[in-house]
Amino acid sequence: MLTLLRDLRRLRRTIGLPRPDRGRSLAIRHVDAGSCNGCEHELTLVSGPHVDLQRYGLGIVASPRHADLLLVTGTVTTRMHGPLLTAYAAMPEPRLVAALGDCALGCRVLAAAEELVGPVEDVLPVDLRIPGCPPTPEAIAEALLGLLDGRQPA
Amino acid sequence: MSPSSYREAVAFALAHGAALAGVHASEGGAVVRALLVEPDGACRLESVAAGGSPVPTLVDLARSVDWDEREAADLYGVVFAGHEPCRPLLDHDAPLTAWTVPVHGDEAHQVAVGPIHAGVIESGHFRFHVVGDRILLLDARLGYKHRGLERAAQGLTLADALPVVTRACGACWVSNAVSYAHACEEALGLEVVPELARARTILLELERLWSHLNDIGAICAGVGLAAGTQRFLALVEDTRRLNARLTGHRLLFDTVAVGGSAVELDADQVRDARTTLERIRAESASAWRELLFNASFMDRMPEIGVVTTDVAVSLGAVGPAARASGLAEDVRAASPRLAYDGFVPAMLRRLAGDVQARLEQRALEVIPCLDVLDRLLDRPLLAAAATPSGTEAAIGIGRVESPRGATTCVVERNGHRVERLRLRTGSYANWPVVAHAAADNLLPDFPLINKSFELCYACADR
Repeated sequence: MLTLLRDLRRLRRTIGLPRPDRGRSLAIRHVDAGSCNGCEHELTLVSGPHVDLQRYGLGIVASPRHADLLLVTGTVTTRMHGPLLTAYAAMPEPRLVAALGDCALGCRVLAAAEELVGPVEDVLPVDLRIPGCPPTPEAIAEALLGLLDGRQPA
Repeated sequence: MSPSSYREAVAFALAHGAALAGVHASEGGAVVRALLVEPDGACRLESVAAGGSPVPTLVDLARSVDWDEREAADLYGVVFAGHEPCRPLLDHDAPLTAWTVPVHGDEAHQVAVGPIHAGVIESGHFRFHVVGDRILLLDARLGYKHRGLERAAQGLTLADALPVVTRACGACWVSNAVSYAHACEEALGLEVVPELARARTILLELERLWSHLNDIGAICAGVGLAAGTQRFLALVEDTRRLNARLTGHRLLFDTVAVGGSAVELDADQVRDARTTLERIRAESASAWRELLFNASFMDRMPEIGVVTTDVAVSLGAVGPAARASGLAEDVRAASPRLAYDGFVPAMLRRLAGDVQARLEQRALEVIPCLDVLDRLLDRPLLAAAATPSGTEAAIGIGRVESPRGATTCVVERNGHRVERLRLRTGSYANWPVVAHAAADNLLPDFPLINKSFELCYACADR
């Protein structure tokens, strides 16, 4: 265990992430509305030592009931349409929605049309768009921090 | 073939050591095909007409095709005589009583979990039948992410269908792509040249490397050992960055094509890969030792989610999960189209089939994975094309060992277009095994049991 902790301290120094200069927080609830699992695997690394989004006060929370932001991956399938709306309805206001990845944005969607409802913005009001197939952990972090700072990514 | 001779042919093959690796409906439900894998790894199909009349079930011969038959019934209306009740699998309009197993008795009740889970997890629904904290039975209902990809691929050219097939799963992009490419090349009568086999084997092992490291980290997350989770996430990040430097994509998307490979690695990239992989070898071994000697971590694993060898065989378990239960099966040992010369599956000495065994199996497999990469990354990699070998066929089959187990792709073609395509991934094969492993355990142990398989939902849903 000591070795692990020592390794992580060394990694931390080598990676040299800048000191956070923000004082706000954002509770994020992720919903997979029909993704290929690529966005999930990159999103997982946002919590790893190379990005470590938690240090800015941003974290994935277990329930939509205490989430500020709904982070949706995938083009919305007919079978996830209802659960997605239920999760959104459970969120307190004010609430934000982010569409993560090209499928959620409706780009280059490959599927049988009858199984899909459409991109996230056909279902919910989207406040933040994070393109990429999948977006890198850095791109995801940059977009979420931009939202906190009141800027939209280009 | 007549219905009875179809069943007899499959029973005969099973009695002579073959395994049943899937059933699918074709020609809009007019034909049903069973996929058999011979002991030497050769694949073949047994087909039977299904237009309007029932087809004999195979589920009593091999439970591994339970989901396959239910899927064919839901999507193509095939009736399987003897498969009763044939519960809905992908038909989500069916009432609860239709798709769950009836469980009655004092105190027996249901706990519904999902499709949305607490964390960065794919969507799927689990319905636990429990008494107190004890799981009696688990009905898993996936398919929330069913995108109809196999249907979407129909009518496309073989090349254009590849992006559609591989959209099934981002985590298994290479495995699914190679199994599809092999199926197409078999149908087109194309032979894989050594440099092409080398390119694909490198890509498959790079995918397995990050996947196995990720799965070890996931177990740490499952028991709340943050230091372990973070250490292995850092190693996963290292492998993804290496993937991007080598191929331009962190998850290796678009690195496989039908009939050839455009991936080239120059001397600098090969040197970079070797240096990075040597460092990952040392760091992952050191991190794994730390986990092994962490008693409070390791004590959490034994005797949970046990899958015995008999159950693994009868449910058709594949991949690291099957090997952790004592089944020495690995498609890499019989892959003439890939560069795994003389590959022998890595097996644990301790055959417990529990969460600990599945964790240790992953750690054990990281080493031969790095060894294969070390052997193949000894010189620059060149672009390569498959060569015509003469024998074309209407149907081709590709079978590849994905990080989660054997993935099989059947391609039925009409000229250069896809007539029907079936992708049966390692995750699809193993989901019923997860449900079985959960029974008799405590409900709070399920997340750990589930993580010890770490299956894709997307791969199964397609």
